[in-house]
Amino acid sequence: MAEAILAAELRKSYPPGVQALDGLDLSIEAGTIFGLLGPNGAGKSTTVRVLSTLTRPDSGSARVAGIDVTADPVAVRRAIGVVGQKHGSAPEATGRENLVEQGEFYGVSGRELRRRVADSLERFGLGDAAERRAKTYSGGMLRRLDIAMGLLHRPAVLFLDEPTTGLDPEARADIWREIERLAGEEKMTILLTTHYMEEADRLASRLAIVDRGRVVAEGTPEELKSELRGDTIHIELAEGGRVDARETLAELAEVEEVSLAGTTLHARAANGGVAIPAVLAALDAAGVRARSVTLARPSLEEVYLRHAGRAFAQANSEHEEVAT
Amino acid sequence: MSAVRQTWQVTLRGIRVFVRQPAYVALTLAQPLIWLLLFGALFRAITQIPGFHGGSYINFLTPGIVVMLAVSSAGWTGMGFIEDIAGGVMDRQLASPVWRGALNAGSVIYAAMVVALQTVLIVLLALVLGAHYVGGFGGVMLLILVAALLAAAFASLSNGVALLARQREALIGTVSFVILPLTFLSSALMAQNLVPAWIRTVARFNPVNWAVEAGRSAAMQHIDWGLVASRIGLLLALTLISATLATRAFARYQRSL
Repeated sequence: MAEAILAAELRKSYPPGVQALDGLDLSIEAGTIFGLLGPNGAGKSTTVRVLSTLTRPDSGSARVAGIDVTADPVAVRRAIGVVGQKHGSAPEATGRENLVEQGEFYGVSGRELRRRVADSLERFGLGDAAERRAKTYSGGMLRRLDIAMGLLHRPAVLFLDEPTTGLDPEARADIWREIERLAGEEKMTILLTTHYMEEADRLASRLAIVDRGRVVAEGTPEELKSELRGDTIHIELAEGGRVDARETLAELAEVEEVSLAGTTLHARAANGGVAIPAVLAALDAAGVRARSVTLARPSLEEVYLRHAGRAFAQANSEHEEVAT
Repeated sequence: MSAVRQTWQVTLRGIRVFVRQPAYVALTLAQPLIWLLLFGALFRAITQIPGFHGGSYINFLTPGIVVMLAVSSAGWTGMGFIEDIAGGVMDRQLASPVWRGALNAGSVIYAAMVVALQTVLIVLLALVLGAHYVGGFGGVMLLILVAALLAAAFASLSNGVALLARQREALIGTVSFVILPLTFLSSALMAQNLVPAWIRTVARFNPVNWAVEAGRSAAMQHIDWGLVASRIGLLLALTLISATLATRAFARYQRSL
């Protein structure tokens, strides 16, 4: 099948010297939901901005719906729908007015526009709120309006940049059902960015883990998880800097791989339940005190940990430190 | 055709904000009245300055107040773009194939409409206060046109600054830095024959002064067609140039994303 999105060697930096994209490659088959997973600041949103022609890459090339994003951005814009992280609707305009404006921007007008607006208000459960100003909408309603606006001109490719961030669980489930329907019934290609593992796992048929501006792992969620071949044991140490603890565990037959991040040891084992007693005994013998031990089954979070070398939460908090 | 419809959608968005916030409407309409009354009281004495030939003080001041208000009202137009950037409206628009010129023109037309409305109010209040419109209805219409043109030019410039600076503070700083000097370097509040020669020289290049001269001549005096036509021509040129610059600023803004 043809690729709906093809990106090669995308690079982009922002002053002062932040390398947002550092040679990012992507290939997304038409008619699939592709998840772009990574911590804040990994380059997910920059990727969406480049592919949706909001901005240009410093170097590299990309084709969306078969059109080169730098050579013919206007043609790309006609072929895609974009739902950004922030709400795109005008707060003082009603839901209907926002949809009409969006339609006119894409060259849809007259009776055809009125019909599409009425249809999408119904479909996104905004029929009763159609004549209310967007600023009176709840977060979930605003998100549904954003998606309705992104779909009004019937794009071939839809970009969803963190569509459920900040939503309550009920509204999130709502959006998930809608995204699944789009891919199922309408065979739309959807590029979804998220930092929720659960969301990527449920929606995406393929996904790429992005860290520091490049793709560090790619595959179906199952492929990525099976790549782990086993469980991960997280050991919180009572004191930091115990490199000897890592060496102690590396010598154990039950343990396949060990890494130390701050005061946490991450040990990978084919069967975590069997390995834990041996791990604890070895640490005890080496005089290393453990504060807590947790066992994690294969999950996307573990996949991320393996490829990016640090836990999601840690990467996110690192980013926040930079931001403040 | 679709460019016109897209422009209208953007203008409509401004009108909705205007009519759906009663407090905002009240302030916008009260402002011209307060200005005319305050400045009228403050500058009443200038007619007594030897060498002042401007006629009655209300006749002299009305076009000056109209133009001052046009600049300071339209100068803040870029705040709308700043809000659109801070929310997601700007990115949503720029990810669409909408003609960039429509995004600027739509907001500029809205700003000019507000100024035209404010001008009508000033003209009516001045009439009550005893202004005598020598130029008649046609002259008053020309005054409104001149105010709207000046507003359009400054609205585009404000939008352009907003797109380049993207920060509320930078726009506030720029606008407040520019407005008062431009007003004082014109004949809005003081007869040109009474100001220092260097101010007269600078005023010849000041768009605010072009608008004051044209508006005053058209509405308050026996119209000097040569003067009015040339000043309107200059204002028209400025409006087109600043609209072009503002439209180009979208590309600059996108490069920084």
